[in-house]
Amino acid sequence: MSKVKAARPNFVSTTNACKLCTPLGASLAFRGVEGAIPFLHGSQGCATYMRRYIISHFREPVDIASSALGEKNAIYGGGPNLKKGILNVMKKYEPQLIGVATTCLTETIGDDVPMYFNEFYKEFGDLDLPELVRVSTPSYNGTHTDGWHGAVRSLVEQLCLEKAAPTGRVNILPNMVSCEDVRHLRDICDHFGIGATILPDISETLDGPALEDYVKIPEGGTPIRDIKAMSGAEATIEFGRCLPARTGGSSLEERFGVPNHRLGLPMGLRESDRFFEALEDISGTPLPRRYELERGRLVDAYVDGHKYVFGKRAVVYGEEDLVVGLCAFLSEIGVDVVLAGTGSRGKGLEEAVARVTDGVARVAPEVREGVDFHDIAAEAGELAPDLLVGHSKGYRYAKEWGVPLVRVGFPIHDRFGGQRIRTVGYGGAQALFDRVVNAVIGKKQSDSSIGYGYI
Amino acid sequence: MSTISSTLLEERKDQIHRTGEGAIDIACNRESLAGAVSQRACVFCGSRVVLYPIADALHLVHGPIGCAVYTWDIRGSLSSGPELHRLSFSTDLQETDVIFGGEKKLEAALDELIDRHSPKAAFVYSTCIVGLIGDDLEAVCRKMAEKKGIPVLPVMSEGFKGNKRAGYLAACNAMFRLVGTGDTTDISPVSINIFGDFNLAGEIWIIREYFERMGVQVVANVTGDGRVADIGRCHSAALNLVQCSGATQDLAKMLEEKYGTPFKRVSYLGIEDMAESLYKVADFFKDRDPGIVERTQTLVRDELSRLMPELARYRRDLEGKKVAMYVGGSFKAFSLVKAFRHLGMKVVMVGSQTGTSEDYAELAEITDPGTVIIDDANPLELSHFIKEKDVDVFVGGVKERPIAFKLGVGFCDHNHERKEALEGFSGMLNFAREIHSSVMSPVWRFVPRRAGRAEAVRKEAVNE
Repeated sequence: MSKVKAARPNFVSTTNACKLCTPLGASLAFRGVEGAIPFLHGSQGCATYMRRYIISHFREPVDIASSALGEKNAIYGGGPNLKKGILNVMKKYEPQLIGVATTCLTETIGDDVPMYFNEFYKEFGDLDLPELVRVSTPSYNGTHTDGWHGAVRSLVEQLCLEKAAPTGRVNILPNMVSCEDVRHLRDICDHFGIGATILPDISETLDGPALEDYVKIPEGGTPIRDIKAMSGAEATIEFGRCLPARTGGSSLEERFGVPNHRLGLPMGLRESDRFFEALEDISGTPLPRRYELERGRLVDAYVDGHKYVFGKRAVVYGEEDLVVGLCAFLSEIGVDVVLAGTGSRGKGLEEAVARVTDGVARVAPEVREGVDFHDIAAEAGELAPDLLVGHSKGYRYAKEWGVPLVRVGFPIHDRFGGQRIRTVGYGGAQALFDRVVNAVIGKKQSDSSIGYGYI
Repeated sequence: MSTISSTLLEERKDQIHRTGEGAIDIACNRESLAGAVSQRACVFCGSRVVLYPIADALHLVHGPIGCAVYTWDIRGSLSSGPELHRLSFSTDLQETDVIFGGEKKLEAALDELIDRHSPKAAFVYSTCIVGLIGDDLEAVCRKMAEKKGIPVLPVMSEGFKGNKRAGYLAACNAMFRLVGTGDTTDISPVSINIFGDFNLAGEIWIIREYFERMGVQVVANVTGDGRVADIGRCHSAALNLVQCSGATQDLAKMLEEKYGTPFKRVSYLGIEDMAESLYKVADFFKDRDPGIVERTQTLVRDELSRLMPELARYRRDLEGKKVAMYVGGSFKAFSLVKAFRHLGMKVVMVGSQTGTSEDYAELAEITDPGTVIIDDANPLELSHFIKEKDVDVFVGGVKERPIAFKLGVGFCDHNHERKEALEGFSGMLNFAREIHSSVMSPVWRFVPRRAGRAEAVRKEAVNE
């Protein structure tokens, strides 16, 4: 089984981190709600830096408001600026929802956001107020995935307050997948004939069409009324084997008895099978023919391509659940994952990787939590990878080691189309498989002095 | 089209001016308005921008992980040697550090990283959280400097203590501690320091080559392609050249005060400003080196004779096109306004994150009547004026790019992240080429805004 090595005892500094901070994850999740604008309660720089970072991946306008705290606010508290900021955002953006995430600054000065919200409702109750949702995201605690899951849970817990009439729908909490993945999930549910509330839904809000005008808040996103009705769904499917105990899905189950199916990200054949089986159960509809065919084609491709990739050694890194999904996929095509690393800690990555690779992996992947790229690189010689699979921050290492990088996850800053990378379902596995095989072939060609054009 | 009243918050009205409409009295250098989605960053960002390119120093961000990650290798600053600046170091503060203090962790991190990388100096950046928990950076740095035998310099850049300009000052304060520590024996009386150039895409190498052709010794690049030792001896150069936004102007002032080194503001962007900057230097040294003026004239003539015919080709297509720009420091905007004139283009909106009232007054002087001048703008205001002025190309940074693109307007990246050299005479040609490809691409025919208008024009023509 997989092994987890303890982090080096003298570990004190981080070099080229393999994670991002919590408010960034929350901002991304809030962007997937209809009519919503993310709002960071902190100093101006956080919002600006995160906007820049997110824009470079999605190539979309990403407006994140800030309470723009200065020195005085840090001493006397950020309440007045938070309220003023909310009013200004209301005036200019006319949002349906403002998602307020805290930062290390406001968490440390002890700003009480729920209390500020109450004061705000009292002071401005006569106005047509948007929904206000808050999440606590001190950036010295956890990673961006904690911010993401925290925001999703906050949305569910603060908006879905009553048991709704049965909707016959399914809730899908998709985890940090791409815009294309969300579109694909929606199509799958459509083809099963089951209505889906996907929360968050970044498929349009972070990958919108060219329009006549600059829209203040892009169309799309999970409608607020749908979030409020999530308690009336048939079931919830939440993706992630490394999720915290309390999530949006667990909250709906506890409070309203909505059955929660916690599945791995549907990456690769076996994890996708589990997702499709769950949909069959929930909808009572057998697997639609198109997915039967898609699955068949995927297996066919696995067979056609197996020799190119068998025994190749991969280093995989990124968000914990993405890493699990990639391990599931890579191990079933015969690629040995020699290292599976994530920047987060205590998420049960080791057990999750062991479960999804059980029965197919020839070697148990080395699993590392809390690593940075320096740690990963320190073992490169011993690991002798043939390829890297993860976001684009691994590029300099791939370059140094002369191996291909198959880009997946967030952020993709050095390639075009990160928001359209498909990984979920049989279709996602197919796309990934083609890219992995072609990366290996491409490397073989470029290393060859002959350069065969017929492979 | 949305009206400006719905776009503009009352409190921001005095930060916008239109050239020709009364005397300019623009409010600036104030804190960003809460909820206004300012394009600005923070004090830490200002310091990081300035110090980042010093390539043989260790840059350690003392704070939670985000501050270090979001500034990891985002700039195009090239180094001719070491590349330590391109790595992202952080103490990655955790909750326990926030409770019990992060000094021990900082010390251990410096210990580990200095041993691992043997840098010539270490810059330790303070972040919001450090300002709150009160870690004594000064003391830790002093201790580690003694232990390791290299300068370890605190950069007091707590994010919330002002805006980017305050970060520039913090960076200059840190660098000033290095000045005066190096050997100055081989420094010529005809020598300069290049301040405020970040060597994006190797730009400083273009500029250095001009000075070398003029016979001027360049002592230190501060900070593009910068080295700790050069900064240590830069006080013996005869003249400091401070480029653009004035990020390093504070350092120049400190050198003037302590060492009596005069400084001149220059710009390497565009034809006039590039030439004028070289002539300023020639003029300064003409008593010490009488041949320098002629050499400089020859240099400029040679460069222009190569450049102008090529520019003319681009100008044919670009004549009359309209430009909006939003830049970090407004000094750069002066050069861009002039550079666009050479392309026959009209600047109709110009804004900056950190301009001063003097900067804006100068902009009002050099821009045409009706030009919108704006301080500390945000996406809604920018999109409003892009539409109102019907611009063909927008110049800005990464955060501005999608605003232009969503409106179906061309965009030119002109900030610290660009990977294309735009300075000097050869840079002007790159700039023209980029503007040309931004404006002339056929894709604008397909964006809804333009497509709709083209259809209207067609209908009118056939009288439908």
